[in-house]
Amino acid sequence: MRLPAFVTTSIIALASAAAFAAPAAAKTLIYCSEGSPEGFDPAAYTSGTTFDASSRPVFNRLVEFKDGTTEVEPALAESYEISDDGLTYTFKLRPGVKFHTTDYFTPTRDLNADDVIFSFERQGDANNPWNQYIPGLTFEYYNSMEMASSIKSIEKVDDLTVRFTLNEPNAPFLANLAMDFASIQSKEYADALDQAGTKENLNSAPVGTGPFKFVAYQKDAVIRFAKNADYWGTPAKVDDLVFAITTDAAVRLQKLQAGECHIMPYPAPADIEALKADQNLTVMEQPGLNVAYLAYNTDVAPFDKPEVRKALNMAMNKQAIVDAVFQGMGQVAKNPIPPTMWSYNDAVQDEAYDPEAAKAALEAAGVTNLSMKIWAMPVQRPYMPNARRVAEMMQEDLGKVGVNAEIVSYEWGEYLKKSMEPGRDGAVILGWTGDNGDPDNFLSVLLSCAAAEDGGANRAFWCNEEFSNLLEQAKQTSDQAERTKLYEQAQVIFKDQAPWATIGHSTVVMPMSKKVTGYVMSPLGSHAFDTVDVAE
Amino acid sequence: MIRFILGRIAYLVPTLIGITIVAFGFVRVLPGDPVLLMAGERGMSPERYAEVSRQLGFDRSLPEQYLDYVWRLLHGDLGTSLVTKKPVLAEFLALFPATVELALCAILLAALIGVPAGVLAAIKRGSWFDQITMGTALVGYSMPIFWWGLLLIIFFSGMLGWTPVSGRISLLYFFPPVTGFMLIDSLLSGQKGAFASAASHLILPTIVLATIPLAVIARQTRSAMLEVLGEDYVRTARAKGLPPRRVVGMHALRNALIPVVTTIGLQIGVLMAGAILTETIFSWPGIGKWMVESISRRDYPVVQGGLLLIAVIVMVVNLLVDLLYGLINPRIRHR
Repeated sequence: MRLPAFVTTSIIALASAAAFAAPAAAKTLIYCSEGSPEGFDPAAYTSGTTFDASSRPVFNRLVEFKDGTTEVEPALAESYEISDDGLTYTFKLRPGVKFHTTDYFTPTRDLNADDVIFSFERQGDANNPWNQYIPGLTFEYYNSMEMASSIKSIEKVDDLTVRFTLNEPNAPFLANLAMDFASIQSKEYADALDQAGTKENLNSAPVGTGPFKFVAYQKDAVIRFAKNADYWGTPAKVDDLVFAITTDAAVRLQKLQAGECHIMPYPAPADIEALKADQNLTVMEQPGLNVAYLAYNTDVAPFDKPEVRKALNMAMNKQAIVDAVFQGMGQVAKNPIPPTMWSYNDAVQDEAYDPEAAKAALEAAGVTNLSMKIWAMPVQRPYMPNARRVAEMMQEDLGKVGVNAEIVSYEWGEYLKKSMEPGRDGAVILGWTGDNGDPDNFLSVLLSCAAAEDGGANRAFWCNEEFSNLLEQAKQTSDQAERTKLYEQAQVIFKDQAPWATIGHSTVVMPMSKKVTGYVMSPLGSHAFDTVDVAE
Repeated sequence: MIRFILGRIAYLVPTLIGITIVAFGFVRVLPGDPVLLMAGERGMSPERYAEVSRQLGFDRSLPEQYLDYVWRLLHGDLGTSLVTKKPVLAEFLALFPATVELALCAILLAALIGVPAGVLAAIKRGSWFDQITMGTALVGYSMPIFWWGLLLIIFFSGMLGWTPVSGRISLLYFFPPVTGFMLIDSLLSGQKGAFASAASHLILPTIVLATIPLAVIARQTRSAMLEVLGEDYVRTARAKGLPPRRVVGMHALRNALIPVVTTIGLQIGVLMAGAILTETIFSWPGIGKWMVESISRRDYPVVQGGLLLIAVIVMVVNLLVDLLYGLINPRIRHR
């Protein structure tokens, strides 16, 4: 029995030694991030986890989203001009912007037009030597935001002026330029890597103009950044920024409570009450820029009739579903865009929960003994904590109006693929998180006629000419008031035609230590720390 | 002896070929498509899908892809991760020391406690010590690792504050990896308190990972000892009047150790499986966590390469265990 006693003593001795032996350090902010970045070249990836570790701390864009909003403001471009025909965008670059000086690179010049052109051309031109600097590289966002078909040319007017010419007017273009994939890289750094024969370092040792410089990444464990003292904007408040990669939500919570990190994203919904009760923590929350929906297949009878879809919508008690599944961290959705987005039409009336009326409407439409499938996604997403539970509650509600619903599910990749197959049997639960704060990024991507074609994301296969024309018109004008009116009309048509049962918008929660001040939540779901301070 | 070793190595070849086929086939039989997973909710046009598939080499037939994979393997190229775009071997080598460090500590803990506990339980068969030890071993063996890990974190790190929650060392220490073994690197760094921090971070994951092997080793030792204690030569030794300590230590334990060493060797496979969960709970940057994430992202080259490397390691360890028999028991000699 001696041995266990000895072991216990050593454990306690070691633990206390560790607790008291922490070295003195500069002001450090520790962020318990939810996963490992795929790389550090933001253009090459699509996940928020990667952007949080690359584009947000290390890079800047010509224009950026103003803190806490989806409003676009000048950044590396100190000003810009859009021609009256909406075809040319001229950006005046901020003079004297310095790229990071690091252990692996010392810049000899400031930011100029060559850097901007390099950053875009490598993504759009398959023959550019930096298009495949790592074989198999794909620039998913550049392609899916249709930059390739939008941009006719990019020219250097002078060292500090760049002009983009478009093929046709495209109002969301400016917001696209504020997205992570449009981060500006240093051409000088790229040239240096090319000469050294280490092109792949562009993706592992980033050099940008952002508020933090990259210091080191230990795979799956820690990412370290240091304050950029030469930052062109307001410098960061902390000296060091450390990402402690912690994939499990329960462990992140323990780390936060034990003081091993200052701030964490994505707590488990069930833990939020406990977090709020913890006196050492602050819990910030904000409505997410997202929507969860049930998309009917509007190509298949009887779901091709709007009156049937509306009757089914009336049969479902959405308030009960959101209360049970989002656990207070969400609200019922009536429009396909969230209430925090400009052009949200609050005048739209949602179908009221009324099983009797639903039954009568189904009978009036000549639908009896209806059987249908409900697809429940197998994963948790920011807009959907538990799709299975949602499907079960819908099944129960539909049963009450005589509709027999069967729940099906597939592996996530299969689910995404099969749910886009024409002739799909059943209604699909899915959702969307906005990329750039533009309503077009929801409505066109999810509901336009073009998106109903092969490879799109319109899982209702719903094609309404009038609706699509409104979106097209809105895209062609840069007058926001006019665009708002067009999108408001589009939402009325959407509700009248009911291709979806809109389910909910989730609330994003960010717990942090009381020592943390100045954190601003982004409606786009990104995590940036340049405004954050931490008390000693 | 040399012939025996060469013979065993020759056995490895067909096994390895089998593993390449299984690893290659396994990830492709799983539903899900890495290209579509990349696109997510957004979807992808058929043209774009074809283009990305071509860039990643998925447009060729499966036999072609397999032959290409084997050809590259023969040239020492395990492929490149679809996600991080880094060579699989480089990623493996960067993460492997973390897993080895944890696994070594776990197997040491399991053997150091499991063998003596099993011996004592056998000697005091039927006593309260025997019953408690074997009861605990049964509980340990059936312990769900994920739950057990979280429970320990909540109790020791959350409530008592004795141990750190996760990671390999306090984030306030920062030094470049030299060997990849944090205990050694922290000593080499010369930073005050770094070693203690690294050691304290090892405690909980070691206990969690050691739990199942410890239970297995204790039970195996007990039954092997019981068998040996009933043998004629032990009775003879006792009859000669040898002190009990010598009877147990010299005559019984040495013979009982053969199946125990086999068991410990086989635990390497168990440790690799356990590492997957333990590393995920404790944010331990090793190959277990790496494999889990790669499977969920359908990162084919990483899953294939990782499986192959892990299989090779398990096979080599088992070979070494076979060779160890000769040292423990001179009756067994490999000819």
